[in-house]
Amino acid sequence: MAVDRFPIEASHIMMFARSVNDGNPIYYDAEYAAKTEPGAIIAPPTFMQSSAQFDPEYSLRPKIGQPWFGSGKEATGVKPGSSDGGRGGGGNKGTLHAEQHFEYHRHPRVGDVLTATVKPGKTWEKEGRRAGKLIFTETITEYRDQNGDLVVTARGVGVRTERPATSG
Amino acid sequence: MALKASELEVGGTHTAVLVKDLKRTQLVQYAGASGDYNPLHTDDFYTREVAGYPSVFAHGMLTMGMTGAMLTDYVGDGRLLKFGVRFTAQVWPGDDLEATATVEALREEGGEKLVDLKVSTRNQNGDEVLSGYAVARVDP
Repeated sequence: MAVDRFPIEASHIMMFARSVNDGNPIYYDAEYAAKTEPGAIIAPPTFMQSSAQFDPEYSLRPKIGQPWFGSGKEATGVKPGSSDGGRGGGGNKGTLHAEQHFEYHRHPRVGDVLTATVKPGKTWEKEGRRAGKLIFTETITEYRDQNGDLVVTARGVGVRTERPATSG
Repeated sequence: MALKASELEVGGTHTAVLVKDLKRTQLVQYAGASGDYNPLHTDDFYTREVAGYPSVFAHGMLTMGMTGAMLTDYVGDGRLLKFGVRFTAQVWPGDDLEATATVEALREEGGEKLVDLKVSTRNQNGDEVLSGYAVARVDP
């Protein structure tokens, strides 16, 4: 996801750490964090994913005044036969997350203001056992700080399936 | 507390319980924090009736995030250089998850000691739901 301004904020890190069962005080206690090796509240390892909050076009967030494909009175808020085939009001509904890779050049800390630029990666196909044809798409996101220095490189792989994939 | 290369050996492991009886509310909590509001993770009605799954299921990134907490508790704050995973099976409400890091190699690069770790997260049936790797800087 391309993002012009991703401010690294203490409350966001606190909420994110809670949501992944990470009770490490470095994510919510500035006094404690000051005494650690990083010396400040830093972002947990997968926090870059939450830059979605700052992507104005992010398709998996309901937007004011726009149709949303989740349920209300009906099971979906988008009518069959609409321009997107009734599959949803956003982008990548049929797409599941297959892989995610992070490379940390340094760990972002509270006060950093990052930008994210996206480069398309490879695309490939595979025949799945249960879900039919699988189409994999790779995306590379570079997160840079206020000085233009690269801080995190993220590589995600999405997979679009023909049928629901209930492998679990 | 950071790891010391002198105290690690290839094949050594570290295991942590990530969650017991994963709750749907936690999926909502992760959606709110991460910004990924895909109804597949938060809206059972949509997920069963429209998407055709038996119920909502966890964001892959929630499993990766919880696994990341196991890693940083083990290697220390700010020590990770790389962390990558494949999501190998879905995680459902009610699942118990346990993650293990296994030391694959100890090496030196640019004057720094590094540890290569294999990372695996399994559910209550022993099925692997996440398979990956991490590289961390360690003390001598």
